[in-house]
Order: sequence, then structure tokens, then C-alpha cells
Amino acid sequence: MRKILIGTALAALALSTPAHANLSVFACEPEWGALSSEIGGDKVSIYTATTGAQDPHQIQARPSLIAKARTADVTVCDGAELEIGWLPMILQQAGNGKIAVGQPGAFDATSYVHLLEQPTRLDRAEGDIHAAGNPHIQTDPRMMLPIAKALAARFAQLDGANAAYYGARQADFEKRWTAAVAKWTAEAAPLKGVNIAVQHHAWIYMENWLGLHEVVPLEPKPGVPPSSGYLAEVLQKLQATPAKFVIRAAYEDDRPSAFIAEHANIPAVTLPFTVGGTDGAKDLFSLYQDTINRMLAGLKK
Amino acid sequence: MNRLIISLSVAAALFAASPALADEASDLAAIKAQLGAMNAKIHSLEVRLAKAEGDAKQARAQAAKSARPTAVASGTAPSTGQTFDQPATQVAQAAPAQEVTPDAPPPPPAAPASNNAFNPGIAAVLNGFYVASSRDTQKQTIRGVDTGDESGLPLRGFSLGESEVSLSANIDPHLSGFLDFSMQDDNSLSVEEAYIQTKDLPDGLSIKAGRFLSGIGYLNERHSHDWQFSDAPLPYRAFLNSQYGDDGLQVRWLAPTDQFLEFGAEIFRGDAYPAANAAHGGQGTVTAFVHTGNDINDSSSYLAALSYIHSRAQNRTDDEGNVFTGNDDLGIGSFVYKWAPGGNPTVNNLTLASEVFYGREEGLFNGTGFGQNRFGWYAQGDYQFMPQWSFGLRYAGIDTQAPGPMLTGSPLDDFGHSPRAETALLEYDTSEFGRFRVQYTHDESDLKPNDEILFQYTVIYGPHGAHRY
Repeated sequence: MRKILIGTALAALALSTPAHANLSVFACEPEWGALSSEIGGDKVSIYTATTGAQDPHQIQARPSLIAKARTADVTVCDGAELEIGWLPMILQQAGNGKIAVGQPGAFDATSYVHLLEQPTRLDRAEGDIHAAGNPHIQTDPRMMLPIAKALAARFAQLDGANAAYYGARQADFEKRWTAAVAKWTAEAAPLKGVNIAVQHHAWIYMENWLGLHEVVPLEPKPGVPPSSGYLAEVLQKLQATPAKFVIRAAYEDDRPSAFIAEHANIPAVTLPFTVGGTDGAKDLFSLYQDTINRMLAGLKK
Repeated sequence: MNRLIISLSVAAALFAASPALADEASDLAAIKAQLGAMNAKIHSLEVRLAKAEGDAKQARAQAAKSARPTAVASGTAPSTGQTFDQPATQVAQAAPAQEVTPDAPPPPPAAPASNNAFNPGIAAVLNGFYVASSRDTQKQTIRGVDTGDESGLPLRGFSLGESEVSLSANIDPHLSGFLDFSMQDDNSLSVEEAYIQTKDLPDGLSIKAGRFLSGIGYLNERHSHDWQFSDAPLPYRAFLNSQYGDDGLQVRWLAPTDQFLEFGAEIFRGDAYPAANAAHGGQGTVTAFVHTGNDINDSSSYLAALSYIHSRAQNRTDDEGNVFTGNDDLGIGSFVYKWAPGGNPTVNNLTLASEVFYGREEGLFNGTGFGQNRFGWYAQGDYQFMPQWSFGLRYAGIDTQAPGPMLTGSPLDDFGHSPRAETALLEYDTSEFGRFRVQYTHDESDLKPNDEILFQYTVIYGPHGAHRY
């Protein structure tokens, strides 16, 4: 009996020692998986825990996620309590000290940028609010630069042998990214000052970047699905201040935005929100290109 | 005998881990040295960061004086052209500033996510019932089983059921603690759980000690507010007094595989039903379980478990004064399947769960020797058909062997009746923290059936941990 157990334990240890010296990355959302790939190249292996079809607030702590977290060297997540409904349970069940909160193996992107909308009043009567501020930073591509820098430093800290490699990739990314952001910003010039309606109040960083003006969110409080009564109020508001289009993230229920689109007679624009949210958003670069293209198309309708 | 094997395997698992670790002692020492160096480096960086933060704060304070940043559009309040432009220019200005000074520290981290500074996270679960039933729920029994005191149905009329207050916190980098009080209808306060848990043991090991709910089965480890229905299924009520929790020690090991594969073993004091009075010098119950699970595709996933619990009862006395001394063995097979389109459960999702129980109780019942095989099962489904709304169906049944002529007419005699219960549920969630339920049960666990309709609210407030799969 004991021999078998020892055998099993040894076999398991053998399995747990990876043959290659790669960093094993557990990325909470696709955009952070994509950024990890830009910085880590072939020196990291990336598991992305969620897809563009899923609501990052509401993920079930599935067995597959726990198994992946067990062997991860680093988690690359959004932070700011975006993942509070599922990640703590996964960390607890995975029992992996390397990625515990506060360890070098726990990387939170929101720690490296300034968050907007830090609430002055923490009360669940306000809906699904985040104490640290609005966590949906990836809607502004300019956020990626400081985060990429911090991520390269973190990878270098965890995998010193490849520090130069990560640094070089980050420098290259920064060059390509700065050029891309300039191009997108120029292309998106017609969006400046445009009134929009949004389904979830998740786009403030993008609105800041492009100068979009959010007239009204379709959710009465963050994370609270709209009732028909509330949607009638939204319509009234849109009569007073007309919006050019209504946007929703690909993962969101399409009914509220479809209702508003029909009754306010404006186009409904589905944005990828993250890599993989739409067919066009294949990687970090095409994510923003597709986002801009879709809004420009919405403007012409 | 069974107890011995389990104790040995727990011990063996612990021993097995240590020689393997010893082999890597030299590697560990090297890693420790590296870590030490790294810590020193981090410390020096932290000092620099703190200084830089101070400088940044001063700079910001000055900036704020000259041009106070306008609040960002709150969404509901339409803002003027100026207000939405301003933060954008701020961000744009901040970015190039970083480019110029590559050595500048990152912007100050956001306020750390903390439950309440260094205080523990305090969460409360409030619960309330209203029950109407065709028979007095307190007089209904489950035929064929000598049940425990928490196997019954909720009180008729209005009642609180079970309300809970829990305190949770990290104790240090290595341990976390959890304490959960439960308030019963009769104003008594009981410690439902009070345990410490390791956070960073190597190689996927974790240990829990104190009073906790056993990891056997699927529902057992979940608090009652986390069940899909308002009460435990019939086999849990009959064989485990709704759920098994006791004082003890748990060891879990999670295999380093892509397939979720977890082994666990526990040893308990043996005070809680089906055990009683801490037999074997306060080691009256042992358990073992294995959990496995994975994704089937983008939309569906599963969890399967095999569990075994052996407990020793010494003079276990029920409400009617019947005394049982003997052994109780129970094996549980569990299967859970979850589906959500594209893995996104917000609009529609489905959970199917089924567990099968097979066990044997043998010993002396009121001084008469007996041995009784018992079988039970349930299957339940819960479907969210639109946001905030779901319905569920459950079917449960148990069968027990006749205890022999000497015990005819005793609680162990089912009079040839097989207890059954059918349940239907409708649930409305005000948010993930509040819900209302109406549940109808046709219960044939006693000889005469009981029809029951139950209204329930459950709310959670305070920093409440994420739920299990």
C-alpha cells in the first residue's frame, strides 16, 4: 500500500518538473494572455482562463481552471476586484504558493495604471462597483505600455535567465504599439465628441481615449440587468440627448441593446471588448483595429 | 479495520511526500538563497518606490491645486463637452511623461484590495422561511433510518432557519483562518466551522485543521445557503444528518495534471451523526475521497467524485431515546455537469447533479444486534432560463434492508415503504447577493405523504468568498 503511494507521489513529482524552463502563465482574460504572448514570446506557455464570449465578472470556478492554476508560475490578471467572484476560490483550491496574492507570481495589470471612478461610497446598493476603481482598463490601448513594461520586469524577475529576451521584446512591442496607437487615434478622429449609449458602464477608458461621450448606460446600476421600465427611461433620455449608436461587449446579452436600437432608431454596435470577442479581434493589435472599424461603421449607418 | 487502512494511507501519504522532498533538499537550499537575494532586492526597490510615490504625491497635490481634475462622467449624469475631454488629456499627458524618464517608477498602485484593512472579512448570511404543509413537519420521520436531530424538515409557519456570520482572514503568508457561527431557530448559537488552512505547502498539498465540513460527496462541503435547493436531498438528511461536519484534520493533494485530480483524507473526532461520542479515543470517523473534473467543451464541464466515510457510534441516542452502538460505512458516488452557452452563465445556465449512496450500519440497536444495508440516490437539475430567474427539479429516494424480526416496528423498520421525495423550485435573484425562492415538495419519506410549500429569502452581505464549482 505504502509503496504504491510513494510511487504515485514520485511519479507526480516527476510530472511536476517541466522538461522545458518555460514560465507557465495563467492569464485571467484574453487581453492579458495576448500581452503575455507579446512580451514572453516562446519563453512562456500561456493558458487563458476565459474567452471573449464570457463575462469576466462571472466565471464559474471550474475544475479545469483549478488544475491549470496548480501548475502556473504566474497569474496575469486584471485585478481591481474584477475577478473577485471566482479567482480567490481557484487560488484557494489550487494551493499554489507561487501565485498567492502578494507573491511575485501574482501580476495585476490595474496596479500599474491610474484607475478612474474610484468610488467615494462603497455600498452594494450602488450595484457591482469595484473599490479600487473601474477595472476595464483594456478598452484604452495606451494602458498597455506601462503594463507591458511592468510585465516584462515581472517575467524577468521570475525567469532571470531570459531577462534580456523579455526586455528586448518589450522594447520592440513599445515601438510597434506606439505607432499603432497613433494610427488608431488618427483613424478614430470622426468619433471625437460623438454621443453614445453603452450597455455596461465598462468603456470609460475608451471614451477618454477617443473623446466619446457616454449619454447613458443601459444598466440602472453596474451589473444590474435593466428592467423594461428602466429601458423606457433610457429612451426618454435618448430623446433629449440623441446618441449616434449603442455599444455592447460581445459577451453581453444582446436584448437590451437591440431593444434600444430598435426604439431609438440607432445602430447597435457590438464591440469585441477583448481578444476573441469578435472574429476580427484575433490578437492585441486587431482588437483595437476591429473596435475602431466597428464604431466608424456604426457612425455611417 | 477500514479505519486502520485509512489512517495508514493518510500517514503514508504524508511520509511519501517527505522522502521525495528530501531528495530535492539541495535544490531547495539554492532556491532559498536566490529568494533571499531577491527579497533584499525587492526591499530596496520598495524603499525607492515609496520615496518616488511620496514625490509623485507632492507633484500631484500641486497639480491639483492649479487645475482640479473634473470628476469623470458618472454615466447617468450627462456631462458637458469639457468634462469628458479633460481626463483624456490628462492621460495623454501622463503617458509621454513616462516615456521621457524610463527609470521612473510605475504610477502608484491602486489601493490594495483588502476586506477591511487588517480586520477579518465579516460576512453575514440571513435566511428566512415560511412553510405551509399538509402534515406537522416536526412529526414526520424518514422510515427505515435512525436519523439525527438535523434531518427534519423546516418548522411550519415563519422561521429563520439558519442564519450565519462568518469571519475570514489570512493569518500570515502561510495560514488562513475561517470561523462561522450559525444561529438556530431556538436562539442557540453554534460554531458551524472554525478551521485553519495552509496556503503555500509545496507540491499541491494542503491541510485543514479544526472544525469543518467534510469534503465527501458534492453537497456536503458547501454551506446550506449555497445549495441549489432550500434543503438537503433525502439521502443527505437520512444518512448524514443533512451534512457531516466535525472536529478533525484534512489532507488534500492536487495532482499536477491538466485533468483536475484531487485526493483527500480526513480523520475526525467522531461526535457528529452518524458517529457519536468520540469513539476510538476521539478518532471516531475517517474519510477518503477523490475528485476529478474537466471541461468537455467551451460550454460544458463536469466534476465527478468518489467518497467513503467510516464512523463509529457509541451510545448514539435519538430524540425518542433509542440507543445505537456500532459502525456506519457509507460510500458516495457523485457527478455534476454544468452547461452555459460559450461558458457564459449570465443569461442561461444549467447544472445537473446526481449522487448515489450505498452503505451499511451494523451493531446494537437498543441492545439488539443487527446489520442493515442502505441505498439512496438523488438527481437534480437547475436551469436559469433568463437573467435572475431559474427553476429546479429534484427526485430523491432511499431504500433500507429490513433489520430483522427483533427490531420490527423500530425506527429501522421501513414497513415495506421506500421513502421518496419530489421537489420543484422557482428562484428569483435580486443580484448575486440576494434571492427569493418558492419550493414545493411532495415528501413520502414517512408512511403518510406530506405536501409542503416553502418560501425563502437568502441574502449575503459583507465580503463573502467566491463559491465552489
